[in-house]
Amino acid sequence: MNGVHDMGGMTCFGSILREEDEPVFHAGWERQVFPLAMLALGDLGTIDEYRHAIERMDPAHYLSSSYYEHWLAALETLAVEKGVCTQEELTTGIAQIIGGRTKPPLPPEVVPVIARQGIPASRQTDRNTPRFKPGDRVRARNLNPSGHTRLPRYVRGKPGVIDSVHGTFVYPDTNAHDGGEQPQPLYSVRFDAVELWGPAAVGRDSLYIDLWEDYLENDE
Amino acid sequence: MSTEHEHDHDHHNAPPDPRVEKHLTPEQTQVLEARVKTLESLLIAKGLVTADTLARFAEIYEHDLGPMNGAKVVARAWVDPAYKQRLLADATAAIGELGFGGLQGEHMVVVENTPQVHNMVVCTLCSCYPWPVLGLPPVWYKSAPYRSRSVIDPRGVLREFGVELDESVEVRVWDSSAEIRYMVLPERPNGTEQMNEEELVKLVTRDAMIGVAKVSVRE
Repeated sequence: MNGVHDMGGMTCFGSILREEDEPVFHAGWERQVFPLAMLALGDLGTIDEYRHAIERMDPAHYLSSSYYEHWLAALETLAVEKGVCTQEELTTGIAQIIGGRTKPPLPPEVVPVIARQGIPASRQTDRNTPRFKPGDRVRARNLNPSGHTRLPRYVRGKPGVIDSVHGTFVYPDTNAHDGGEQPQPLYSVRFDAVELWGPAAVGRDSLYIDLWEDYLENDE
Repeated sequence: MSTEHEHDHDHHNAPPDPRVEKHLTPEQTQVLEARVKTLESLLIAKGLVTADTLARFAEIYEHDLGPMNGAKVVARAWVDPAYKQRLLADATAAIGELGFGGLQGEHMVVVENTPQVHNMVVCTLCSCYPWPVLGLPPVWYKSAPYRSRSVIDPRGVLREFGVELDESVEVRVWDSSAEIRYMVLPERPNGTEQMNEEELVKLVTRDAMIGVAKVSVRE
């Protein structure tokens, strides 16, 4: 989706505002929404569905709201879409449908284990031998999907070079929708800054970005 | 408090910026508090999560993880060349040697700053960040100005952070578009030859590991 979240290369947002000795959470509600997102995901969707729910926010709201409000909005969207809550329940705050779950909620003692082990996105598969190797000249395809993608606009159509092969990873473009994980090779691709931004860029500067195989084509 | 003053000073008469959480009005905060409370109580009532589990999760990320972890990785790499080699070859495993890893650090890559090459890290599409070594990201890292400009004008962004690079230095920007998480191994500053690992840890800053600052010897 060509949304406002895809902001690489925009220059209209002004200078970077920094805060000295910034706290981890700025308010109690941020401290609540953070673990809610971590622990409710799974029931509410995949990480890719979650990112896409943020991207589907109204663009004016996206730009004018804080980071954790994005999280809250995405959780509310997915809770309704996945049938976990009704819109009415979210509005009234009164749970009308309870029960029916067979899986018990996670106990607190497994939380440090999840935090330490993580949720790897790499997959072992016997197919998907990488089509490209380091040094290969490639071009980011000019794709404009209506759904979720991790191919930002600023590299589309631009030539680059394969820097390394990361392995086989879950494909966000399908995993954010009904297509499943469909793992495929993921590459670190190097682009010259001048190719991306024109002659004003410094000649020796470069940009590295991680792109899935379906985002790339040969550039002979 | 001083920051708030400086911020106000920079933006005379500007309305509060809702993108900076601390500037939400009390009314906006109340609305958000109510929405979060509603969602939380519904998910608890429906048996998806428990209050204890949520609290434990927030506690870990508020208190146990942060840039002090990454600083230990950097200091070890500075004093132990074999460790540094392992770190640059397989960062996930080398960081794991020090006991760190997990959510948003499952697939780590560490890139080394040298006198010739300066690396910096961004996530233009959202706010991907290596939690096990740096903790949760600061607001500026998640903000539109940093996400948008880092790729097109990295040297201008670095200047805002007080880093002036010679044109002979190659700037490499890493856009975290997938599940690989990046950390910068900053240059060890001159004048630290006599310092031990523990002293070096104290010099390493979060910003240096994102690549928007250099490590300097402080008083």
